Amino acid sequence: MRSQLEGSLAVAKAVALCRPEVISAYPISPQTHIVEALSDLVRTGELAPCEYLMVESEFGAMSAAIGASAAGARAYTATASQGLLYMAEALYNASGLGLPIVMTVANRAIGAPINIWNDHSDAMSQRDCGWIQLYAESNQHAVDLHVQAFRLAEELSLPVMVCMDGFVLTHAIEPVELPTQEQVDAFLPPFDPRQVLDPDDPVTIGAMVGPEAFAEVKYLMHAKQMQALDLIPDISGSFSQAFGRTSSGLVRTYRSADADTIVVALGSVLGTIEEVVDELRGEGERVGAVGITCFRPYPLEEIRAALQGARRVIVLEKAFAVGLGGIVGQNVRLALSGHAVSVYDTVAGLGGRPITRRTLRTLIADVLEERLEPDRLAFLDLDWKLVERELQRVSADPRSGPHAENILRDIGSVAASAHGGAR
Amino acid sequence: MSAEKLKLYQVGTFAVGNRLLDPEQRTVQARMERSNTLTSGHRACRGCGEALGARYALDAAMRATDGRLIAANATGCLEVFSTPYPESSWQLPWLHSLFGNAPAIASGIAAALKVKGRNDVRVIGQGGDGGTLDIGFACLSGMFERNDDVLYVCYDNEAYMNTGVQRSSATPPAARTANTKPLGDEPGNVFGQGKSAPLIAMAHEIPYVATATVADLHDLEDKIERAMEFHGARYVHILVPCPLGWGSEASETIKIARLAQETGLFPVFEAEAGEVVAVSPIRQRVSVEEYLRTQRRFAHLFGDPPRADVIAQLQSRADRNIRRFGLLAEEAA
Amino acid sequence: MFQVRIHGRGGQGVVTAAELLSVAAFLEDKHSQAFPMFGSERTGAPVVAFCRFSDQPIRLREPIVDPDALIVQDPTLLHQVDLFAGVGPESYLLLNTSRSLDELGIGEFLGTLRADRVLAVPATEFAREHVGKPLPNAALLGAFSALTQALSLDSVTAAIRDRFPGRIADGNVAAAQAAHDFAVVRRDEVIVHA
Repeated sequence: MRSQLEGSLAVAKAVALCRPEVISAYPISPQTHIVEALSDLVRTGELAPCEYLMVESEFGAMSAAIGASAAGARAYTATASQGLLYMAEALYNASGLGLPIVMTVANRAIGAPINIWNDHSDAMSQRDCGWIQLYAESNQHAVDLHVQAFRLAEELSLPVMVCMDGFVLTHAIEPVELPTQEQVDAFLPPFDPRQVLDPDDPVTIGAMVGPEAFAEVKYLMHAKQMQALDLIPDISGSFSQAFGRTSSGLVRTYRSADADTIVVALGSVLGTIEEVVDELRGEGERVGAVGITCFRPYPLEEIRAALQGARRVIVLEKAFAVGLGGIVGQNVRLALSGHAVSVYDTVAGLGGRPITRRTLRTLIADVLEERLEPDRLAFLDLDWKLVERELQRVSADPRSGPHAENILRDIGSVAASAHGGAR
Repeated sequence: MSAEKLKLYQVGTFAVGNRLLDPEQRTVQARMERSNTLTSGHRACRGCGEALGARYALDAAMRATDGRLIAANATGCLEVFSTPYPESSWQLPWLHSLFGNAPAIASGIAAALKVKGRNDVRVIGQGGDGGTLDIGFACLSGMFERNDDVLYVCYDNEAYMNTGVQRSSATPPAARTANTKPLGDEPGNVFGQGKSAPLIAMAHEIPYVATATVADLHDLEDKIERAMEFHGARYVHILVPCPLGWGSEASETIKIARLAQETGLFPVFEAEAGEVVAVSPIRQRVSVEEYLRTQRRFAHLFGDPPRADVIAQLQSRADRNIRRFGLLAEEAA
Repeated sequence: MFQVRIHGRGGQGVVTAAELLSVAAFLEDKHSQAFPMFGSERTGAPVVAFCRFSDQPIRLREPIVDPDALIVQDPTLLHQVDLFAGVGPESYLLLNTSRSLDELGIGEFLGTLRADRVLAVPATEFAREHVGKPLPNAALLGAFSALTQALSLDSVTAAIRDRFPGRIADGNVAAAQAAHDFAVVRRDEVIVHA
């Protein structure tokens, strides 16, 4: 049924349709509306049977999900940013134990400095923890990905995180087609665990594995995750048939087949990118876009195929590897090694800074008119004057105070104090 | 607790099983049908109090639940010595996740069983003092305050043993550990720190809290079985001497546990909904010095120069426990 | 595409206003999108919310920099925040105030706009009267409907009834109706004068 509703609520309803049996909830902006909505659904009986655990931390949330999943219950939780980090140890545990937990990550920046707005630094920090990582472009996509995620997780026996941009998607009210319970039940069978804690057939789960076997076990984890590269398109295809709409599985292309210049990105910014592509196409530029939906496992072949033919690839990402450069950029370069193509890594949208048509157009123009160099990390929309002023300040006096305060004072967001902040 | 304490030395707490005893009064360990939940072949040190405590506790829990039990185990000695991959000495469904999350894992298992309507199956969470009191503390408190249907058992050997005997918040004052050596002004672990897990558990007003030692098997089993009569969050704290970490004789583990109780250093009691309801009285009071002399972790107190002042401080702690819990019949509060 | 930007302070229902507009548009079979921009939750802090609606699906995710309509729920923001950024000569401006526009000290700026597209509405007063609380958002949406005619009052009131229960919906609908009618009178006056 088509409704106009908040992304968080749409996701909560989609998750409820998947009949989770245990939900562990710890609140963190901007995920709160999801866990609140699920609590309501459990209390009214709309989602039943379901145990809703209000845990003491995100570490507790993932741990309770691990216990529940190991005991054979379909388990779900949601988090963001600091919360994802706080459960990092448990993330690795869940993937190592092969438990098909599904989790929503409402992408948010990681502090310090503390910042509640959207970027991808949280999920990117956990890209190698063994979870499958999917990125939603819209709230419809988020709904569809959650339904597919439970099936994917349980077929492979691996946990899946569905990422959706915090505030930008979670708090956006837009039209969403929600499936019916019958449709979801037909698509998602009851959870049939590969191994389960059951007194009728006792097993020991979680033993220590030494040097003689550890490498093989880890390799098998990798091999299992790689199977998702085949399974995701399958499930995506089944989803299309069952629900009557396509839902991007691994990678989605937009007007890229004959494009000279392709912008690659993850998540909601793809909507704005498509608008810009259409504008530029109208002006005769052969531009296209490629959206990566499944970032882990990394669909290297699909990305290579999508980008071949382009002379220029602009990777636009909402996180970066401090001390190194672009993360998605590095991964994209891997897919393009051996190809004659210029790759431009651009970091944008950090800490919730909006990415606009205007800045995107400027970026693409800079690339087309060779004002930007490939292979050099660029920051979209960075105020270099502010940065340089601050660097000068610090080199003149290492005790000139916190960067953030000095910068905000420069911008005028913070009034110059009587304590002699240099202007 | 309604077991009758028999005064005959022969068939009292010193007897694991005795043909003079009514079969019904025998311990679980003395019965043929005991589960051997933690079966032989594990790699514990000789004289390990934890292996003993775990076997006692789990077999009692299995009896109380007709074998319908799932265990969540924290990282630590018990987990390590019981599951040397590819072998396992566990004969029940058992999950080890992380160091700090055993109580949360147990909560998750309990939730799964509840949602599936499997109210015949019960859950035990277990771990050492480090995993329970320090790194697992937030999860433990969360499990308590939600009153999740979990019995949590802490095997307290008063330090992080598996990693080489480092101090935990359960390490007694003056005890030597790898990072509280008898160097400097205050030899061993300092006074004025540490916390009492049983008292904290009681502060959560959960249905049942008890302490026990491996010296009194009947008592320990009774308490586990009693705990299983309740639903909701329950906590049993068992003192388990560690010969390696404490520097004691492997053959004296049970004796040392008894001395800990009889000095008053380790009060043995039961509480329900935050109120003490029963204590195990001290039968023959012992000075702390007698207890301390059995363990090399306190050897520096008897060295050159001897630290009578520290011993006196430890004696005060014992005296305080005796007063506080009414551990001596004539000194009942 | 029609783009609306709403300014106010936390606790005044700015985010809800944008949501209601998007639902009203949805009820008219339009594609619409609403989203907020705010800091950590606290009452009194400046809040901005956006609503776009169009006959085409909306893919854009950026804040509205060039609003077709600007709604100001709290006039105390006037000299504190850059409210008018991107407001063009064809934009609609709806201000919640019981004072006259001249008294607000923005006469010069108002001169750049079309007189028939600017309106001061005592929305808080309408809200106090009909809702019993100084929550001006519903009233402003009723006035918006009259001023811009981009969405019908019926759609706005349907969105209100969809969102709020019984009596609360009644009060808000009444406020929206009253402000709508107020705006129609003013709108017709301006047309007469023009």
